Amino acid sequence: MSALIEVDGIGKRYGNIIALADVSTSVHPGEVTCVLGDNGAGKSTFIKILSGAHAHSDGRLVVDGEERHFSSPREALNLGIATVYQDLAVVPLMPVWRNFFLGSEPTKRFGRLDTGLMKKTTKSELAAMGIDLRDVDQPIGTLSGGERQCVAIARAVYFGARVLILDEPTAALGVKQSGVVLRYIARARDRGLGVVFITHNPHHAYPVGDRFMLLRRGRSMGDHPKSEITLPELTALMAGGAELEALSHELAAELGQDSAVAQELSSEVSELKTK
Amino acid sequence: MTAVAADERVASGGALGRVLKRPEVGALVAAIAVFVFFAVATDTFATASGASTWLRSASTIGIMAVAVALLMIGGEFDLSAGAMTGFTGLAVGVMTTQWGLNIWAAMLVSLVLALAVGFLNGLLVMRTGLPSFIVTLGTFFVLQGIDLAAVKAIIGQVAIQGMANVPFYSQPHAVFGSAATVAGGRIYASVFWWILVTAVATWVLLKTRVGNWIFAVGGAQTSARQVGVPVARTKIGLFMTSAGAGWLVGMLLLFTTSTVQSNTGVGQEFIYIICAVVGGCLLTGGYGSAVGAALGALIYGMTNQGIVYAGWDNNWLKAFLGVMLLGAVLLNEAVRRRAERSR
Repeated sequence: MSALIEVDGIGKRYGNIIALADVSTSVHPGEVTCVLGDNGAGKSTFIKILSGAHAHSDGRLVVDGEERHFSSPREALNLGIATVYQDLAVVPLMPVWRNFFLGSEPTKRFGRLDTGLMKKTTKSELAAMGIDLRDVDQPIGTLSGGERQCVAIARAVYFGARVLILDEPTAALGVKQSGVVLRYIARARDRGLGVVFITHNPHHAYPVGDRFMLLRRGRSMGDHPKSEITLPELTALMAGGAELEALSHELAAELGQDSAVAQELSSEVSELKTK
Repeated sequence: MTAVAADERVASGGALGRVLKRPEVGALVAAIAVFVFFAVATDTFATASGASTWLRSASTIGIMAVAVALLMIGGEFDLSAGAMTGFTGLAVGVMTTQWGLNIWAAMLVSLVLALAVGFLNGLLVMRTGLPSFIVTLGTFFVLQGIDLAAVKAIIGQVAIQGMANVPFYSQPHAVFGSAATVAGGRIYASVFWWILVTAVATWVLLKTRVGNWIFAVGGAQTSARQVGVPVARTKIGLFMTSAGAGWLVGMLLLFTTSTVQSNTGVGQEFIYIICAVVGGCLLTGGYGSAVGAALGALIYGMTNQGIVYAGWDNNWLKAFLGVMLLGAVLLNEAVRRRAERSR
């Protein structure tokens, strides 16, 4: 299947600061492309390029086979590239159904809101994402973090997104809620969307991802399809195997060779080495 | 409205629960309590002529409170709203009695002036990012200065005289200043305007896109902008609405009493805000109702006259308003927390 988005050697400079350099990956329909990296690795710069907030300064950004240079988020949105930011762009005190259609409300004659359609659509679109709300009339602030995330995703899908960029959707969530969000990501993928999943947690990325692109200090550490990489390898790449080993020695020296933490870490390191 | 299939997990007792979650519930309960209290404590309060007086007193405050409530839901304040009622009335008075302008034309000019001030308020707030509290405080003082100095310079006194002798005075008087007799009590035009304004504002808030946008710009401006709500247009529109309401009340005052004074409306701006808050508006925006603000004004009007009927010192009104305000703020917080809490 042809790629929705092809990123080829892309880079971004702010004056003499190189925020991102030589990053390549692709987003296919029905696949999840995970962008992994620690804080300051260049993830948010990468999102800004894809979502049209900032234009790239090097390399090529190809959407549907055509090279693009976005100058505004609206351009990206018109091509079906929707971004769900961490703050989710919802109004906590407003009911779920009003939030769902905010900014694109359907109306009947005399500018009257089509309340029935809005409530029905909200309920069914959320159901299609696997979230079953008791009452779409409740303020969206009463939903859990995972459910709110899901409403934002469902909204982007309903309004014609083909590519969904999710900015750290699991960062602020507990274990259970993260699982809920991962399920929605899988659900969006199964509906044929291309998903760009930005995270710093390989354990969240691996189960749903089809392709993994790692960023460190503004540079790509490689772009791997799932068939070529295992979870431990991914984790090691993320942490930087050598750094982890150094840390294990350091801890051993400080806490003593027999401390539980040091032993666990050193066994993890040796496990990585054997692979 | 198409019925939405009920979810079996929402208990059927939900109708009462839903009513109790409305922002105006507190004001409704308080209004009933105030009515019962004065109806029992005084002889004239619950009669037709007694009601006529407090309804009239509540109506002009109520129109402003509703407009100010819309603005507060949109996350902004308008301190120039009170002075605006005097300014628009004085403008018509001066243009007709001094300059001989046709009365309808003068009213139109006055409306345009009001909307321009509202537009300016909104533009300044949106462009500078300054709190509307400060911007409209400035406009308030400018208007107050014009009302006093310009009027005195032009007509040599601080009240409009001879309004009733202006040609065609009876036409706008019929629309804004007349009264109908209902069950022995006189109901002034302002009361009907009050009901109309409340109904239209409620409809706009709850049933139109603009209403959705008002809640959104007040509740989370950045989020609203991100999903494509025209934030600046919505807010400027709200400032123009409150200025327009100021014009309407200016006309109601002018044609009911056939005069306006230079200090008309000054000091009322906080009454409007109190009524809106008593009616369930959050000071932080994003939550409230037009009906609630109208009820807040009703409480004000009833107390204002009830104290007179009871033969107490009228200055107790201020103390009462302060207590109401504090009580309402505490209640609103509780109601909001309950509304936000998942059932």
